Amino acid sequence: MGEPRKDDLTGRETMGHEFDGIEELNTPMPRWWLITFYLTVIWGIGYTIAFPAWPMISGATAGLLGYSTRGEVTQDIASHEAANANLVEDLNAVNLAAFDPQSDLHRYAVARGASVFRAQCSQCHGSGAAGAKGYPNLLDNDWLWGGSLEEVAHSVRHGIRNETDDDAHWSQMPAFGEIREATEIDTLVSFLPTLPDADWDSPGGALFADNCASCHGDAGLGDRSQGAPNLADAIWLYGGDPDSLTQTITYSRFGVMPAWGQRLTEVDVRAVSTYVHSLGGGE
Amino acid sequence: MALIDKHVILERSPSLLLAFSLTVVTIGGIVEIAPLFWLENTIGEVEGMRPYSPLELAGRDVYIREGCYVCHSQMIRPMRDEVERYGHYSLAAESMYDHPFQWGSKRTGPDLARVGGRYSDDWHLDHLIDPQSVVPESIMPKYGFLMEARLDGDHIGDLMKTHRFVGVPYSDAQIENAYSDFQVQADPDADWDDMLARYPGAAIGNFDGQPELTEMDALIAYMQMLGTLVDFSTFVPDASR
Repeated sequence: MGEPRKDDLTGRETMGHEFDGIEELNTPMPRWWLITFYLTVIWGIGYTIAFPAWPMISGATAGLLGYSTRGEVTQDIASHEAANANLVEDLNAVNLAAFDPQSDLHRYAVARGASVFRAQCSQCHGSGAAGAKGYPNLLDNDWLWGGSLEEVAHSVRHGIRNETDDDAHWSQMPAFGEIREATEIDTLVSFLPTLPDADWDSPGGALFADNCASCHGDAGLGDRSQGAPNLADAIWLYGGDPDSLTQTITYSRFGVMPAWGQRLTEVDVRAVSTYVHSLGGGE
Repeated sequence: MALIDKHVILERSPSLLLAFSLTVVTIGGIVEIAPLFWLENTIGEVEGMRPYSPLELAGRDVYIREGCYVCHSQMIRPMRDEVERYGHYSLAAESMYDHPFQWGSKRTGPDLARVGGRYSDDWHLDHLIDPQSVVPESIMPKYGFLMEARLDGDHIGDLMKTHRFVGVPYSDAQIENAYSDFQVQADPDADWDDMLARYPGAAIGNFDGQPELTEMDALIAYMQMLGTLVDFSTFVPDASR
């Protein structure tokens, strides 16, 4: 390693080393770059002092500013709850049976309920609430368990046929494939589409009266107290074609809805019920 | 400048350079990784967490094999929008029995950390067979073939032993009963009381509606448990996190 010397051609200092006659000029980083670099080092040290960083014996340093991601999200949620506190309190107190659809509170409930619906309910009932096969359409006025605001709220809060809530709506149609002959089921399948103006003296009518009327009603109009659907309208939850009807009667159906009262806050249950009730079919 | 001049010694000997580079990287690694093994708040103790039941474990293997983690995360971040949509933010302890964890890093579909109990078993079945039948706007592929993939459970005990080897605290009783626990969880008519005592909160049911035990049963059993084990009504977050 030689001594640095002045390069004749450029007038600059060399690094002092030389390989086969080739020398390197000493070109330091620009001053602005160096200053920025040292500033980031200082800032980095300050950052680890201000925020949680260094691992110690039993835990990491907490940082002088006392920041924590968990604390921040708790605060964030609390501040939004505080901003809505009055509305939430009013909505929790409102009598759902006499909820004025023209009130500001109702508008708030519908808007809040719409966002709850999209996040929690749309996966089964569809983003437009039109349902899917096996998941009821909430836009029409054909309700299985009742369509008043209170009844909708009960269905949302306690769910249907779930194991987690004792107050869940519960009913179960027998699998008639185990009770009746396949030919009798065929007869019923061809009888059902003739409702409500059916020939009650036909074999299908007799079968209906013996097997179905106790739940679905003498005229097949359904019974909301046990969630028995109206069979005389054109709305079929699992399909009204002969194959689907045969499947339904033979094996029965068992649609389950979770108890949302266990997952949502009371105000969200009320809001989403109000939203569903406002979609068009509310009674 | 004397110390910096000595750098020449390292630069002129590749072996020495390699050895010293390795030393420096090792020191960096120890500083970053080693504290996680002794810091008490790395994984806060949380009540309710238990190892996966045999059927859930098999379902988890299906989840990994099908690459569900490529489109679905299992990590609810501590942010208001996430908490409001998915539920309480995820805790480290909730994936303490995951080898490997399924946090994921991309959400083409929604987060699944708390999907357990959110939908009915039938919905999961409908949705896995044909996602668009219930969510028309979904771009998820169909997984109906899981209905035909029978699971015999012959090696479920070995799988649990392997997990025990990497640190999951399966008891001897759990491993002994692995096969029967595996079977009864998918059979609501079986005697599953003991299974439920060993794995509290496990979802029981004939998930796919077929008499045979299939990968569909296992996957739904796994998903119906996700995020349900910790009771957040009594959970107190550790202030030091």
